[in-house]
Parts: sequence; C-alpha cells; structure tokens
Amino acid sequence: MANIMIRKGDRGYVFYMPKRDIEDSIVAMEFDTPEKWGGEIRLGNGGIYYIEPQEAPTRLPYSVRAKRIDGVE
Amino acid sequence: MGLLNREEAEALIQEVLEVYPEKAKKDRAKHLMVNDKTLESAKKCITSNRKSVPGVMTQRGCAYAGAKGVVWGPFKDIIDISHGPIGCGQYSRGGRRNYYSGIAGVDSFCDMMFSSDFQEKDVVFGGDKKLAKLIDEVESLFPLSKALSVQSECPIGLIGDDIEAVSKKKAVEIGKTIVPVRCEGFRGVSQSLGHHISNDALRDWMLSNRDGKLEPGGPYDVAILGDYNIGGDAWASRILLEEMGLNVVAQWSGDGTVAEIENTPKVKLNLLHCYRSMNYIARHMEEKYGIPWLEYNFFGPTKIAESLREIASHFDDTIKEGAERVIAKYQPAMDAIIAKFKPRLQGKKVMLYVGGLRPRHTVGAYEDLGMEVVGAGYEFAHNDDYDRTIKEMKDATLIYDDATGYELEEFVRQIKPDLVGSGIKEKYAFHKMGVPFRQMHSWDYSGPYHGYDGFAVFARDMDMAVNNPCWTLFKAPWEKPAEATNEDTEALVA
Repeated sequence: MANIMIRKGDRGYVFYMPKRDIEDSIVAMEFDTPEKWGGEIRLGNGGIYYIEPQEAPTRLPYSVRAKRIDGVE
Repeated sequence: MGLLNREEAEALIQEVLEVYPEKAKKDRAKHLMVNDKTLESAKKCITSNRKSVPGVMTQRGCAYAGAKGVVWGPFKDIIDISHGPIGCGQYSRGGRRNYYSGIAGVDSFCDMMFSSDFQEKDVVFGGDKKLAKLIDEVESLFPLSKALSVQSECPIGLIGDDIEAVSKKKAVEIGKTIVPVRCEGFRGVSQSLGHHISNDALRDWMLSNRDGKLEPGGPYDVAILGDYNIGGDAWASRILLEEMGLNVVAQWSGDGTVAEIENTPKVKLNLLHCYRSMNYIARHMEEKYGIPWLEYNFFGPTKIAESLREIASHFDDTIKEGAERVIAKYQPAMDAIIAKFKPRLQGKKVMLYVGGLRPRHTVGAYEDLGMEVVGAGYEFAHNDDYDRTIKEMKDATLIYDDATGYELEEFVRQIKPDLVGSGIKEKYAFHKMGVPFRQMHSWDYSGPYHGYDGFAVFARDMDMAVNNPCWTLFKAPWEKPAEATNEDTEALVA
C-alpha cells in the first residue's frame, strides 16, 4: 500500500506516487462514475494498481491509498 | 568531425561501454541512449534515478547537498544548522552564489555556515544536548533570524539522535519555527532525494503556518518556485513578471524569506522553473489549496516569449496584453544581441551535463545563438525529466544519465564539441583536453542567465568561452611546423 496522487492532465488522469516519484498516465480505470470510482487502474508504463472503489472525489488532485498489483516500481 | 548519424552514435556508445566489466556494462548500457524524437516516453530507452555503479567516478551529490545546498540554503532569513561533523557544512558554504538583498549576519544568513562540529564523544553519547546549546547560542548571536532549520548529516541518522524532539522543545522556548530536516547524506541515490525531503519538511513545518489567518490574495498573485537566484537569476525573472502586471508574492527559494513561504498559499498560480527540485511542493499546493502550477523556461528569447504567453494565458486580457508589451519591448535588444553573437557562434556544437533542468532548458537559448546541442545528460534526473528532454533535443543526439567521468571524457574526445557545459569537477579535465568549457551549475561565477537581461550575459559568456584566443595557442611553439606562417598555424590548430 502506498499513497498516490491522482490529478487531471491534458489527456485524462495522471498517476503520481510521491514515495518513488513515479508519474504516469492512467490508461484505464475500472470504475469512473460519480458514485463508484477507482478499482483497478492501469498505467502507461504497464503497472497495475488497485484503489478501493469509492465515491468520486469532488476535487482533483486527490491523494488516496493504492495497492500495487503488478508491474514496474 | 561532423554530426553523428544514428548508427555512428550507437556505435560510439558501444565503444565506450567496451571497457567495463560484464556486469557494469549491462548496467551502464541502460543509462545511455541515442535520442529518438518519436518516442512518447523515455522509460524504455533510458533508466534513471538508480544507484551509481561502485568504482566509477560519479558526479552526484548527496541528500544533504540537495537539502541544505539547493532548497534550504538560499532562503535568506533562515539559519540552516549543519548538524554533524564540520566538513559537510564548510564545503557546502557559499559555492553556489545564491544572491540576496540584506546584511549578512544581521538579517540574512545565506553565506554563513552554522555547524555543530560533531566530535567522537558526540557520536558516542549523542548530540542532542549540543544541538540544544547551539540553538541557544545562535539565537543570542543572531536574534533577527526568522526561523531555523536543522540539516542532519550522516552520523545523526546512524546514531539515531532525536532532532525532532529538540527542535520542538527549542521552538517553544525561543518562539521561532525550527524545522528538523532528515536529509542524511546516505539516503537515496543522489541529491534528488534531498530535494524531496526538504519539500516535505517545508510542507509539514512551514507552509501551513498561516492557514486560516491569510488575507485573500489579489487576482494576479503568483509565486516563483524553483529559482535559486544564482547570480541574480530570480531577480531577472521577477522583473519580467512584474512588468507584465503580475504580483510576485514569493520566491522559492533564492532571496526568499519565511514570510514569503507562509504567504504562498494565497497565490493564484505557482510558476515552476526547476521542476526536479520543487514539483513536490507544487503538487501538494495543488491538492491542498487548489493552486495550479505551470512549468516555464526563461532561457533565451524564444523560450521566454513562449513562457510569458503561456503564463499570461492563465490570466485575463490585461496580463495577456502585458506579456505582449514585455515581449515587444525587449525584442529589439534581443535581436541586436543575436545579430552580434550569432555570426561568431553559428554552428558550434555544445555538450551539456548538468543537474535538474539545464540540459533541456538551455537548449532553446543555444539555438537562439545558432548553436547546436549534440549531447545532454543529467546527474540526478528522473524519468519524467527525460520525457521532457527527448522533445527538446534533436534526433540522433546523445543522452546520458549519471555519466561517469570516463564516459564523458570519451564522448567529448570522439564528438569534439566546441563547448562543454558542466560542473566544476569536469571543468579542468576538459580545459586540459583543449575544449572550451562553461561551468553551468553556478554560471561560472557569472550570471544571471535567466530572463532577457540574463540572455545578454549568456550570449557574451558563450562567445567568450568558445572564441577565446587561448584555444589557438594549445600547441607549443617548438612543435609547430617551422615553415608555417602564423595564419597557417592557427588554421592547423583550429
């Protein structure tokens, strides 16, 4: 589990993990509706992380705990 | 030797790698690449922010250097205590020329050094008491300081001193903010982690001090982040922003103050010059205070004009007009500078190996002068820096991460650039090889290089280095062919 920050970029969501200073685009997010948001997220570099599905944040950037499932670190 | 094509550049990298043992070769190969502009992301071609190979000469610094030397040092009214043995403090004092306005030792402390001078007994019995005593002494000698920071050196982390507890206790006693910075040199692989740690310390101990008490800011309030006022850089940038109608609330950290840090949360836009060392705090402010941030580049008139327009696009028409006015005002002067120096510098090749932003930011300034950057690399950049660099550089140029002394020398020997821009550790090696050199970390004791005023200095300095007559005198007189005339000899040597 690590803290990540999700912000809005020019082309969709951008993933940032301060601890390892990894910044990448989020190419796919499992749930992306106002009621249910999060789930499995896939990064441009091939990494896969998991955010507990929750209500969409009202304001971005937004810090949240995420679990690494697969991919580079 | 002309410019390399892709195959030649790749062959050169292979040739340079040849001397390494198998394991080191495999590791170093990942840090060297030939630029390919079509790449979206640098990740597949270059690895960065990794531990240096033991046994090679790396040019990197440590976390303490990143924290005390880069981020904290330039704040003028903060006393930075180098907590630990004396050497780290002494050798990081004053070398970077972060200018400030103020009186040294009275209200400004940039070029002074405060250290707890650890001895054997402090390592054995702990240094917390010494730190407390030191804070009392500092407070009685320099009462006009606005805050203190404790920059820990390696032994503090190794013996596990509790500098946080001392800082908290003393802060209450003297009534000032005291920030413990856990920037022991052994942390991380380079100074980059020191930047991150200091950003986090600023975030946790200072930035929110006036939360809820701040007056709402004006519509044109901005902060300059990541400009360290080397040779006056931040001043040369600040006047341009003020001329276009913006109100610069804070300078992080060159010539900056505690009050400026605490006032930053009210700005409308954070302007980020050195992305590598201050993006962390910009991201934090974006999340907590909703302040957007923007990277800009104030090297060379082309990039300055681009950046001014981009900054203005975040504001209303008065600022947009202001930006156009500023660009129009300085353009004739810039054209005159380019007309003067471009003929002398046209087509010259430059290789750069510097720190966090210059290898990509200065490319535009060199191109304005008709020069070409044929190789660039960083000591401590991360992947996102290389993503940005790939777009700035031409195809088939060399990109090197954490280059070793041997690699740099070999690249320069083969590519034969007309100018090398790097740090003091490389300077004399290249001078002895007969290659013109500029020390690009602190502008070779010149500057400023930012802004329109800075470009004038930049152009003059590059001309001074490249066209210095001493480079034609490299061959001893008795080694010259006897029958050659003066002009012939010059042609031979050149």
